[in-house]
This record gives sequence, structure tokens and C-alpha cells, in this order.
Amino acid sequence: MLECRNLVCVRGDRLLFRGLSLSLGPGELLRVVGPNGVGKTSLLRLVAGIARPEAGEVRWRGELIGRGEIFRRELLYLGHAAAVSEQLTALENLRFACTVSGEAADEEACVAALTRFGLGDALDLPLGVLSQGQRRRVRLARLFLAAARPLWVLDEPFTALDTEAVKLLAEQVSAHCAAGGMVMYTTHQDVELARASRLLNPGDFVGRERAC
Amino acid sequence: MLRVFLAVLRRELLLAWRERVDVLVTLAFFVIVTCLFPFGVGAEAAQLRAIAPGVLWVAALLSLLLSLHRLFERDFADGTLEQLLLSPEPMVSWVLAKIIAFWLAAGLPVVVAAPVLALAFNLDPAGWPVLIEALALGTPSLALIGALGAALTLGLRGGGMLLALIVLPLFVPVLIFGAGAVEAEISGVGARAHLLLLGGILAAALALAPPACAAALRMVND
Repeated sequence: MLECRNLVCVRGDRLLFRGLSLSLGPGELLRVVGPNGVGKTSLLRLVAGIARPEAGEVRWRGELIGRGEIFRRELLYLGHAAAVSEQLTALENLRFACTVSGEAADEEACVAALTRFGLGDALDLPLGVLSQGQRRRVRLARLFLAAARPLWVLDEPFTALDTEAVKLLAEQVSAHCAAGGMVMYTTHQDVELARASRLLNPGDFVGRERAC
Repeated sequence: MLRVFLAVLRRELLLAWRERVDVLVTLAFFVIVTCLFPFGVGAEAAQLRAIAPGVLWVAALLSLLLSLHRLFERDFADGTLEQLLLSPEPMVSWVLAKIIAFWLAAGLPVVVAAPVLALAFNLDPAGWPVLIEALALGTPSLALIGALGAALTLGLRGGGMLLALIVLPLFVPVLIFGAGAVEAEISGVGARAHLLLLGGILAAALALAPPACAAALRMVND
């Protein structure tokens, strides 16, 4: 389903990786590992189509992702930043995020997702008064609404969450894979998932060279 | 296409409302800059009447510039921009929504406050309707051109200064025809030509700025 061929990524004047190829099929979990600065987030951004690779290509269902609408409707990308506004309430933030990514996002479903993630009594509070972990929960609540999207690309989803939330999230990720979804993620924590993740270290693909 | 447009518009207006102090600061800046001129050039009635259109326009332009850098900055910092980039809807729709919301929060109050300040400058009442019309046609152009500058300088160190350097020269045609419209009306020539030109600039900016903005935003995230 997802196929990357010979990706080359350059940040500034540094070559992060080159010749990176990967493929991801239904039900597969891919964990991108490696030390800080090795290019994990850069790789996820390439796969999501936010950044464009220096060379190489990313294909989804055999088509180049480009600005393809189909790919974007089938992708759930949650980046490193929280992507929530402190002035808006949990519910407003979640509904906005859903609408922007092209989901129906009716209020009931959003309330249910937030409640399931333990934010039931904070629905109408501006995020400015919530903790870091709670803000991340608001964002991750989208995972409960995105079962129809086969490809999940998650950058550090487990950061700042308490153990209970991590467990809940891990269950959700496992369930998604069990249902034939694909998940590509990074994390520095050891999280128990129902099935084993394949590991990929961008640093194995010729890192630390000066690009010329 | 309309759904994302409306969602972004609604969110931006909601944010502007929750942070209405910022709107008031922009407006206060407009008022204060305008009021500085009589101190500088002397409070002679005839002179103030003569410079009023130009002063009001320059002040309007500067007050818009003051809040322009915020247009994309926060969304860029908190990751919302990434999510918007991944929206299946065309970028132009939500870029336009953001610019419209920006104009409603920063431009419209200036248009409304301008006649009051014109009164303080003893501007000929015959010029008031044209002043409002010209500002209503001109400030959206400023917002559109400014948004392009904001997108181009996003994420740069000292972007605010650079933004001013980029967009102020581009504001000049709007300033010339905007201030000229009021003067032409008062002098009896009629402001029709000026207003048509302002409308033309707005039409061009409306067609060109959002796609250019979208391209710049995509580049920033690349």
C-alpha cells in the first residue's frame, strides 16, 4: 500500500539519509527508531507529504502522493507539535482538526472520543488551563475518530501521557492494525503493542555525511 | 471546499473574539498614530484638513502592518499549519478564510473608526463617504498583499522587520489611490476613477495573493 523508494533527505547542508526504501502493507506496524537528530521526524514528514524529498518517491496504492486528495483522506498524520490552540476548548479544537482533515466530525462523536480519553469533564475548558498531557490527549482523541483512515503516521504519540493513557493509545493502535490498518510511528518509550513492530533506523542509510 | 473555509473562518473569528484585546490594541495604535500628526505639523485647521486623507491612510496601513506578522505565525509554531497543509481541500480556500478573518479583525475596525478621526481633522464632510469607500476597498487589498509577505517571512529570524520591508513598497499604489480618492472628491473632480482603480487592485490581489500565499506556506514547511 505505502511504498517509498530511494528517499533522500537533506536538512540545511546535512545529508540525513539516502537510498531509504520501505514498504508498509495492511496490518503492519513500523517503528522508526534512532537517536535524536537522525531524521525520524523528517522521514515521517516526507511520508505524509508535508515535505518533499530531495530525490526518491512516495507512493500510496501505486500512485505518487503529490497533492493527491485520495491520499490525504486516507492518511492521519499527527506531528510532533500539539497543533491545538490554547484559546479554544477541547471540543472546539477536536472538531476543527476533524473538519480540516475532511471528516464529518459531528459533536456527539467528538464528545465521545474525548470522554473515552478521560477528558469528559474538561470539554468546555480552554486548553490554556489544561496540562501538557491533557493537551496531547485532545489531539490524540482523533485516533478514536479516524478508524476509516488506513494509514496512521504518528510522531511521538506517547510523549507526556500518563501510563493509563499510553495503555489506551497502545490498544487503539493495536486495534487499528488488527483491523488491517497501517501505523508508522516514532517513540523513545517502550510501549507494549499487540503485535511486533518492524524497526527502521534512518541512520542506517548513510547518515552523517556532508552533502555536496 | 466550503466546509474547511467556514471552519477556518469560524475558528479565526472565535480566536479574535477571545483575544479581543489585540483588536483593540490595533485600533488604539491607529488612533494614536493619527493623533500624533497634529503635534508634529502644528494644529492649524487648514493644514490638518489638507493632510487628513494621507494621514488616515498611512495610519491605517501601519496599524494593519502591526498585526500582520501574527497571521500565520502561531499556526506555524503550534503545528496547526501542518494539519491545514494536509487538508484534502485546496489550500487557497483556507488561506482566503484566514485573510478574510484577519481583515474583519484588523481592517474593519479601522474603516469604522476613520470617519470619527476625520471629524477630528476637520475633513470636509463631503469627503467622508469616499473615505469610507476607499478604505473599505483598499484595506482588503492591503490584507491580501500583507498576507503574502507574512507567508514569505514566516519562520525567519527578524521576520517582522523583513515583512515591513517587503510589503510597505507594495502598499504604495493602494495608498496613492486611496488618499487620492478623498482629495479628488473634495476638490470636486470626483473619486470615481480612484475608486475603480482601488477595486481593480482588490480584484487582482484577490486572484493572485491567495495562491501565492499557499505556495509560500508550502515552501516554508518543505
